[in-house]
Amino acid sequence: MQLHPVGRNAVLAEVTDAVEALDLATWARAAQLGAVEVVPAARTVLFDGVSDVAALTARLREWTATGEPPGGPRVEVPVVYDGPDLALVAEMWGTDTAGVVARHSEIEYVAAFCGFAPGFAYLSGLPAELAVPRLDSPRPRVLPGSVGLAGSWCGVYPTASPGGWRLLGRTDATLWDPTRDRPALLAPGTRVVFAPR
Amino acid sequence: MTSLHVLATGPLVTIQDRGRLGLAHLGVARAGALDTPAAALANRLVGNDGDAAVLEVVLGGLEVRVDAGCWIAVTGAGHPHASAEWLPAGVTFRVDAPSTGVCGYVAVAGGIAVPPVLGSRSTDTLAWVGPPRVEPGAVLPVGRAGGRPRPLDTPRPPRRGPLRVRVGPRADWFAGDALGRLCAAPYVVAADSNRIGLRLDGPPIPRKRDGELPSEGMVLGAVQVPPDGVPIVFLADHPPTGGYPVLAVVDEDDLWQCAQLRPGEEVRFSRVRSPAGSTG
Repeated sequence: MQLHPVGRNAVLAEVTDAVEALDLATWARAAQLGAVEVVPAARTVLFDGVSDVAALTARLREWTATGEPPGGPRVEVPVVYDGPDLALVAEMWGTDTAGVVARHSEIEYVAAFCGFAPGFAYLSGLPAELAVPRLDSPRPRVLPGSVGLAGSWCGVYPTASPGGWRLLGRTDATLWDPTRDRPALLAPGTRVVFAPR
Repeated sequence: MTSLHVLATGPLVTIQDRGRLGLAHLGVARAGALDTPAAALANRLVGNDGDAAVLEVVLGGLEVRVDAGCWIAVTGAGHPHASAEWLPAGVTFRVDAPSTGVCGYVAVAGGIAVPPVLGSRSTDTLAWVGPPRVEPGAVLPVGRAGGRPRPLDTPRPPRRGPLRVRVGPRADWFAGDALGRLCAAPYVVAADSNRIGLRLDGPPIPRKRDGELPSEGMVLGAVQVPPDGVPIVFLADHPPTGGYPVLAVVDEDDLWQCAQLRPGEEVRFSRVRSPAGSTG
């Protein structure tokens, strides 16, 4: 783990990948390291609003990757697989649309981190050989609940927005609701499965 | 309950408090007043505690009325010598366009008491979390006045200076003494600056490596450098994660200035050396 100073009261911890970043962030939250924000991302964890940077740095040096899968809640997301990119993804994966549905829905994903929009989770778990490139130019409007792929990430759009992910289908699950106790359905650490409808 | 009736607005009026902290990991921007000392002063003048919500008024143009008399104060742009006054019911209170600065702050005794969203009454203009932007015709609830108004207060010295910066996490993405380069010449505030970021025109900071950084967490005041090399300073509504390398971080105590810089004005950076060995 490499630690980078970020101004006066933040530290960026760099690890190998998103799985390790989530592991570190989960440990750090439980250990209460004295940071207002603990933000996992693709291969870093940002600790912001740190009252004592030296103390936090010392505690971070105690951490070792557990290598264990996250013990977060498991959420089943119902999906109607009728997305505009389904046939294209089938072609890229060398299968038919039924094959895409089967492969996509047999994986248990993990919400590694959120970004792009409130409640938009980057879900890890898709094998590298199934990675698909983003659209060359993003669609001006993607409907909320759209389930898509970009690289080896899977994601579900919580709100309508422009978007460049390859869309496989749609869910009617509410991904983001600020009035709920857990506003983001797929907060970091959540295990996610997609159930074809 | 007292209500504040909004009769007219200028380019942008939003409700702001200290912001929505602790939710960056869910993709939620912090939001909150851009000029925090000015917002805090407005609250002090009318006897509010520091958590009360105020109106952030970009370039004036606001007209309001209350249906029951209350103390009101305006600080920030155009109001260096702020004071509170008693606003009688039904009388129109105007915030004119300032001749300098950008953001004014209007506090009423009791605070703007719209329902909080995720623990804050701030409006985030990036994803529009929080109360909607304030439009003519809005009727905003005012909380019960608690503290004693202090109509005269000593405003913070409205002294501008260079934005003090410390080294950021990705300084090694840039060629040579990039932080020195950032601090060597003035930059000019660009017209597309907003609550998300202060955009600049000026000497580009060349990178020594290509490609994009995998998304990582971003802090308030981060000086992010996109591929064109021209830095952007992240302000309150900045995205919680981003993929451009951060060269430097502006000291939080200097960020209020970013709320008051107009397009075309010059801004300079100056380097603060962090104590060695605090992180490795």
